[in-house]
Amino acid sequence: MVFESLSGKLRETLKRLRGKGKLTEKDVDAALREVRLALLEADVNFKVVKDFISQVRERCLGKEVLESLTPGQQVIKIVNEELTRLMGQSAAKLNQASSPPTVVMMVGLQGSGKTTSAAKLASFLKKKQHTPLLAAADIYRPAAIRQLQVLGEQLGLPVFQLGQQDPVTIARAALESARKNRNDYLIIDTAGRLHIDEELMGELQRIEKAVSPHETLLVVDAMTGQDAVNVAKSFHEKLGLTGVVLTKLDGDTRGGAALSVRSVTGCPIKFAGLGEKADAFEPFHPDRMASRILGMGDVLSLIEKVQTSFDADKAREMEKKLRSQQFTLEDFLDQLQQVKNMGPLNQLLEMLPGMGQMGKKLKGLTVDDRELVKVEAIIRSMTKKERLNPDIINSSRRKRIAAGSGTRVQDVNNLLKQFDMMQKMMKQFGKGKIKGRGKFPFV
Amino acid sequence: MGIFGRIREGLKKTRSGIMGRLESLFSRNIFDDNFFEELEEVLIGADVGVETTLEMVEKLRRLVREERPGEADRVVEMLKGLMLEVLGEESSGLNLAAEKPTVILVLGVNGVGKTTTIGKLAGRLRAENKKVLVAAGDTFRAAAIEQLETWANRAGADLVKHQQGADPSAVLFDALSAARARGSDVVICDTAGRLHNKTNLMEELRKVRRVVEKALPGAPHEVLLVLDATTGQNALAQARVFNDVAPLTGLVLTKLDGTAKGGILVAVARELNIPVKFIGVGEKMDDLQPFNPTEYVDALFSPLT
Ligand SMILES: Nc1nc2c(ncn2[C@@H]2O[C@H](COP(=O)(O)OP(=O)(O)OP(=O)(O)O)[C@@H](O)[C@H]2O)c(=O)[nH]1
Ligand SMILES: [Mg+2]
Repeated sequence: MVFESLSGKLRETLKRLRGKGKLTEKDVDAALREVRLALLEADVNFKVVKDFISQVRERCLGKEVLESLTPGQQVIKIVNEELTRLMGQSAAKLNQASSPPTVVMMVGLQGSGKTTSAAKLASFLKKKQHTPLLAAADIYRPAAIRQLQVLGEQLGLPVFQLGQQDPVTIARAALESARKNRNDYLIIDTAGRLHIDEELMGELQRIEKAVSPHETLLVVDAMTGQDAVNVAKSFHEKLGLTGVVLTKLDGDTRGGAALSVRSVTGCPIKFAGLGEKADAFEPFHPDRMASRILGMGDVLSLIEKVQTSFDADKAREMEKKLRSQQFTLEDFLDQLQQVKNMGPLNQLLEMLPGMGQMGKKLKGLTVDDRELVKVEAIIRSMTKKERLNPDIINSSRRKRIAAGSGTRVQDVNNLLKQFDMMQKMMKQFGKGKIKGRGKFPFV
Repeated sequence: MGIFGRIREGLKKTRSGIMGRLESLFSRNIFDDNFFEELEEVLIGADVGVETTLEMVEKLRRLVREERPGEADRVVEMLKGLMLEVLGEESSGLNLAAEKPTVILVLGVNGVGKTTTIGKLAGRLRAENKKVLVAAGDTFRAAAIEQLETWANRAGADLVKHQQGADPSAVLFDALSAARARGSDVVICDTAGRLHNKTNLMEELRKVRRVVEKALPGAPHEVLLVLDATTGQNALAQARVFNDVAPLTGLVLTKLDGTAKGGILVAVARELNIPVKFIGVGEKMDDLQPFNPTEYVDALFSPLT
């Protein structure tokens, strides 16, 4: 069961409608059915999906769609707009105390990534010339305190701990210590707990009362399923959350939980965890999450990644090419060379529209380096002319390329097909309003 | 209280949850399109997943059309039957080697409960008077070794460890030699949590498995994938990829003491046909229970029968 991208499915659905002139209510419903399934597949809670679809439906049945010449694109545009609106438009900042220290409390279920995120956040702040103090208040999980201490040592961050004493006592003493040592942030790591555990939820409320945090961040695993709404709701009701940290986004989940959590708490997702290392932590860009949940590549993140990893000129050039659809197989090969040195390939490829799918086609769910070698070999066996203009690659050329690269004609076909698809999508991005951080229609 | 007592308790607390919905659904005794649509939502709400749900409800529709049951109870039975068809009726215990030691490899993505499960499992086996050795194969995460050490002490199991940052294959190799020298009955190997889409980490795992196999022919006798009941559809991708890298012999579903139903289990079982061997229902030593499919399904539908 390989999940086809929503855009692909919608294109199918809407193709059937083409030539029919105006859309009817029934047509809109058919399209929205696909959207609904995509959101459910992405783990957005079914109630959230229901509300969302009914909102979108209302807009879709308005004049702007039904009387449009390109109703399909209008539907997509509305879905994306509404989703982006729901996720929040721009990155939210960390609250700050009027007089330091700013107290941040990390809370969440077991295994969601609180300790790692606490250390990452501290490290993030340290890089911005702040002087955070970490406090170890998980007295239950074996070696949890030790874990925070080790991370503190590795990152050169102070860690406050009082062994297995009462977490409220620890939090209070940590605040004292932060004041005394002029730490401008105090980040309290708490034990993971179930939202239905009255006793442990009570403990959090007592900590909250003792240190009045300026930020209470719920740490949520991006892979969370339907239960995310219950979890977020309970924590929010008991503690009054101010924000969310979404972890493990470097996985291949679509992360629909982000939408669920956001819609039941109304809290902004402030940070994203993207790996096990301390620097794999970023301010969250809600506008980009919409396309991820919908199964669209994340061109903007890709471009940014490219910009930080490649030299700026090259990146600008690539960005221009991406947008003006002059991205050729030659460029692609060039990118592959550089990409090779960039680490997690899956992550990169996932971001590129069409590429996620291509990876899946090539081998199960993962794109591994061997497959890239294959792709590279295929492109290398093309002449320069072919690379710049793949349209001329007829069947005899395909045979030659396959033989030259030690692959099968089918592999060559696949690559060309995917590349073509990618280019078509690029074309849409190009035509759309992709300016700076703007939104973009994606079909 | 047994796990399903607890699950039932949990379910009673959340009347608005899946079972509350089912109850009102089934009490109507009218099995029309609305009924089936709502049923779909209920299953999807338990993380069973779109595809599995649609298939299961379609089958139920057909059954209902053929049999024309008069009452809800009968439809519940049908649905349970369909779920059991997928999950298997029998519970399956640990596969112990004819000649000791039995080697158990424990895998999973970050934070699902591998180390805790190993601690609890060691405790269970110790209670059966088995000599248990645990191997600290997570040399990556900060303080992972200390965490396992605490559990080993609690359970009364031996521990083999290296330094943080050491080669996990080397740790497991040493653990197997130690187990043979000491006459351990069971060796349980912890591994670092890893997301299944990290090719290099998965390759490392492949290597770890190969080393175990070489060190002791026939091993590993069990390769258990730990899944978190809170996880949504991604668990399916996890199972698929881990199974590809190190063929799985069983699943462990943790954190069933929360409100998540772990319905993704049904989707995984349907696609990969791997038995669920244990469930985790808390953080204490005795919070690991053998998985019993019938009880699981009964508990899911308990307020109805
Ligand atoms: N409520 C509950 N918590 C559990 C259960 N199993 C594990 N946990 C908790 O989940 C958290 C993570 O468990 P670990 O055993 O450290 O998970 P892990 O998979 O070894 O994690 P990494 O090694 O970091 O990948 C801990 O706080 C455990 O106490 C369970 O069945 N129920
Ligand atoms: Mg562990």
